[in-house]
Amino acid sequence: MATIEIKDIIKKENLVYGKTKILTDNIMHYCPGCSHGVTHKIVAEVIEELGIQDKTIGVSPVGCSVLAYNYLDIDWQQAAHGRAPALATATKRLMPDHYVFTYQGDGDLASIGAAEILHACNRGENITVIFVNNAIYGMTGGQMAPTTLLGMATATSPYGREVALHGYPLKITELIALLPGVAYVTRQSVQTPAAVRKAKKAIKKGFENQAKKIGTSFIEIVSTCSSGWKLSPVDSNRWMEEHMFKFYPLGDLKDSEKANEEDYKKYIE
Amino acid sequence: MAKVRGAIDVDKELCKGCGVCITACPTHVIELAKQVNGKGYNYAHMENPEACIGCANCALVCPDSVITVYKINI
Repeated sequence: MATIEIKDIIKKENLVYGKTKILTDNIMHYCPGCSHGVTHKIVAEVIEELGIQDKTIGVSPVGCSVLAYNYLDIDWQQAAHGRAPALATATKRLMPDHYVFTYQGDGDLASIGAAEILHACNRGENITVIFVNNAIYGMTGGQMAPTTLLGMATATSPYGREVALHGYPLKITELIALLPGVAYVTRQSVQTPAAVRKAKKAIKKGFENQAKKIGTSFIEIVSTCSSGWKLSPVDSNRWMEEHMFKFYPLGDLKDSEKANEEDYKKYIE
Repeated sequence: MAKVRGAIDVDKELCKGCGVCITACPTHVIELAKQVNGKGYNYAHMENPEACIGCANCALVCPDSVITVYKINI
């Protein structure tokens, strides 16, 4: 049998998986191994699969992902710190046939923007919220965030987070799942191929819910910050699996489509 | 004998050498190169190209989308 050389395999017709066209050719400014890169990629892939590139408007936050508009070839707005849901509300109400999503970190969404997100979700705005939770303020140098785990050392809690001094970590996703305006609340991660596929499915569902006009879709991505955690990218993925998943368990918290179906069944039986 | 052969094409200059693809690879194809790219990172490359099955797991977890995957049936 003839040996097959690599140059025989690397041909256009044998392509299995490549970079989507929605992602621009700009070099991402994120640190090596940052979960933002994977999250950007799956958002881009979902937009490509749904064919909504010219109808999608993203709202970028303040934080590491403030420059997200450099990487996804769609329309963007940049909101003041924490105010992305408010801006997305206005955009969606003015252009109801467009797909509007916010892309926020935990420092942006769970801290300074907690009021905006809770009220946008409570009003049931037809937007998709992508919440990247890495339990730290990454861009500003690794300070303690509302979502920082107990005992976790950061720049502003060098001896670890203590309840007496800093309070408990905030499970904002659980809070949002209680609100009647939200249609879909889920928590995913992007550290393994299987997790990436699941997260992509969740984000796709979030975008599809906008067309159905059934309320806010909230997708949390539990992610890493290797620079802030002072670990290598592979070690931070392991640390996340060991510590973050205990406090932030993955899975769907609310899926009103299913709930509605069950409610409907109750009436016909 | 494997019925599929895969290959990956890594954009060496854009790779940041995070090594996430190495742990995602089921057949241990990828290693970090001893050489560095223009940014000073040890980029990912195929150390063991015969074992590649073109599953695209490495490309899925790559944060910088620098991996393109090809596959043929033999």
